[in-house]
Amino acid sequence: MPEQLVFAMEVFLNGLMAGVLYALVALGFVLIFKASGIFNYAQGVMALFSAMTLVGIMKGQVPFAHVINAIFGTDVHYFGWTVPALLAIILTVAVMVLFAWAVQKYIFRHLVGQEPIILFMATIGLAYFLEGVGDLMWNSEIKKLDVGLPQGINEAIDNYTFNIFDYGFFIDNLDIVATLIAALLVGGLVIFSQYSKEGRAMRAVADDHQAALSVGVSLNFIWIMVWSVAGFVALVAGIMWGTKSGVQFSLSLIALKALPVLMLGGFTSIPGAIVGGLIIGVGEKLFEFAIGPMVGGATENWFAYVLALIFLVFRPQGLFGEKIIERV
Amino acid sequence: MKMKLPAMALSALMIASPVMADLVFPSLSYRTGPYAAGGIPFADGYADYFTMLNARDGGIGGVEARVLECETGYNTEKGVECYESTKGEGALVYQPLSTGITYQLIPKATADGIAIHSMGYGRTSAANGKVFSNVFNYPANYWNGASGAVNYLMSQGDISGKKVALVYHNSAYGKEPIRTLEELSAKHGYDLTLIPVDHPGQEQKSQWLQIRREKPDYVIMYGWGVMNQVAVQEAANIRFNMENFIGIWWSGSENDVLPAGDKANGYKALTFHGVGSDFPVFADIQKHVVDTGSAAGAGDQIGTVLYNRGLYAAMLAAEAVKTAQEIHGVADINPAQMRDGMEALEITEEKMAGLGLPGFGPSFKVSCENHGGPGLVGMTQWDAAAKTWSLVSDFSESDMDVIQPLIDADSMAYAAENKIEAGC
Repeated sequence: MPEQLVFAMEVFLNGLMAGVLYALVALGFVLIFKASGIFNYAQGVMALFSAMTLVGIMKGQVPFAHVINAIFGTDVHYFGWTVPALLAIILTVAVMVLFAWAVQKYIFRHLVGQEPIILFMATIGLAYFLEGVGDLMWNSEIKKLDVGLPQGINEAIDNYTFNIFDYGFFIDNLDIVATLIAALLVGGLVIFSQYSKEGRAMRAVADDHQAALSVGVSLNFIWIMVWSVAGFVALVAGIMWGTKSGVQFSLSLIALKALPVLMLGGFTSIPGAIVGGLIIGVGEKLFEFAIGPMVGGATENWFAYVLALIFLVFRPQGLFGEKIIERV
Repeated sequence: MKMKLPAMALSALMIASPVMADLVFPSLSYRTGPYAAGGIPFADGYADYFTMLNARDGGIGGVEARVLECETGYNTEKGVECYESTKGEGALVYQPLSTGITYQLIPKATADGIAIHSMGYGRTSAANGKVFSNVFNYPANYWNGASGAVNYLMSQGDISGKKVALVYHNSAYGKEPIRTLEELSAKHGYDLTLIPVDHPGQEQKSQWLQIRREKPDYVIMYGWGVMNQVAVQEAANIRFNMENFIGIWWSGSENDVLPAGDKANGYKALTFHGVGSDFPVFADIQKHVVDTGSAAGAGDQIGTVLYNRGLYAAMLAAEAVKTAQEIHGVADINPAQMRDGMEALEITEEKMAGLGLPGFGPSFKVSCENHGGPGLVGMTQWDAAAKTWSLVSDFSESDMDVIQPLIDADSMAYAAENKIEAGC
């Protein structure tokens, strides 16, 4: 088999894996948009905040330590204990549920019935607020995140492909874990939305929230639930990306990777987020591999948005999005 | 009349009060935003050194130093706003702390007669003092860094026929070393591969797969922010030999290697100043700044790479003030006199030892023609177990035979474009 084709196969597989990571971020956007029509600009910052909270809890960090020390003249930074990863994840999920409740109670409850652009602007404000609170709570240091996920080359795939192609493929163990977790997450979300009472209520709210309200569905509860689930998805994305780069401000920028995925897959479809992520991941990696060297490289961001724009021209609702027809 | 009395009293008070002289050092810091983790220690080091001088020596030449901090968030527009809002306070020298802000401030500060010190960043050709009268980038610039990396590799063995890959932030900053490395490639016979990474650099799978396929002998990195941490992690993932992976000084702080844990062991980075806290000056910082509760931050950054860089920048500014005071015979110098002090600055081993910083930085002399110094750079290496950087080479000269013509060509093009008459 030609060497370049073997390399392209490796790039293709890595593109699929990268696509899963993009899809993880896009999922959070889809959940909230589907249930409430809000494009949540703060989704990337939620991934950052949840990952910072997870590391803070694991390390036994005192929240708002700098503020406490500045006000009271103390010098406290750590409680002196560490928390196991699993328990810390559960506690972080609890924090994200509390966050969802606060967002609903103090922001969106007061904005019911407002134009989508107002709700979008509110999420921009929320993003900046959360950025600041995250720094104040856990400080802005770059933090190592280790919840026990494997990292580095997968030896089995390396050896197996070497025996076949005389070239061992590089597949990161972390990417394999991310793929499995994303599959579980999507499966869980589908089962939840199809077969649970709360899931059906969530779909009813997504279809027509006034009709859902008229048959006794609590909008308040559903929106808190949706923001909580989006918070959980943000935590999963934060763990995956944070394990790679350390937990730091730039985690909030992973939202930029989700936008073309959403444009391509559709803002209202969970399978769309997955398929969109895979197409963007594979597309950008193969384009960089084949065309990148001819044009000086670094084509990935550019390619993702160009591909999304092409889809917008021919299918504005994305691959799986709902076609919205508004009559005037 | 009711309104006039307080106003008159205030005017009388202002006339009667003596004007408190001070030496103003604006600090365009970034304690917030995506690069805060790097901005905080630098700003702390810069402020703490002046606080120590005030507490220990009563200022510089008897005049108190005042650090005027302004938050830029590493944003160019905010940086320019900071400049405009602080220059009227009697600012002596600006450390823009961003190549973007530096480019914006060069014409403004030159017109205002205020000096800029862009140490290890900014416009490289500003080293030509005949064109850039108010801009200084001693002791080293990006091109010195590129040459320093190649010199270091040559000190480890023959690099003729070897493959060198440059992984760089796809921005004006990241592209800075390309021309120098290309010239050096022609001179020394190594093959250069250019591998750009788009901002912010959170995803670099394509780049490291390429490195894995092409198997370069050495990788040089000009990265920034999250790009550094991801690159070190990806290099470890593909089992690239960390001994052969060299970052520029903006890719060589604790922040860049800690997330990768033990796998970052052996990674190297260029530097133009010392690392660690094993210098007498830190005892004075502890005594006069930290113990008195006057530290700019929590006191937990002391001795880190970027804290040391901030401290070094402050020390060089303070020494330039002393030089200016000697030249002009006044203690409370103005911005023009500060510029003269920077242009006549000489750093010697004896001077560094006297400051409690023996061997902390290279010896160099600034002149009207050369605002960049001789470009002496050293190499540091990360010990993951001890979580410390160590200096593993001397501060050595870079290849000025290659770099100087590049500086001359670029600066003269700038002079022609802006109708500047070059000269001293």
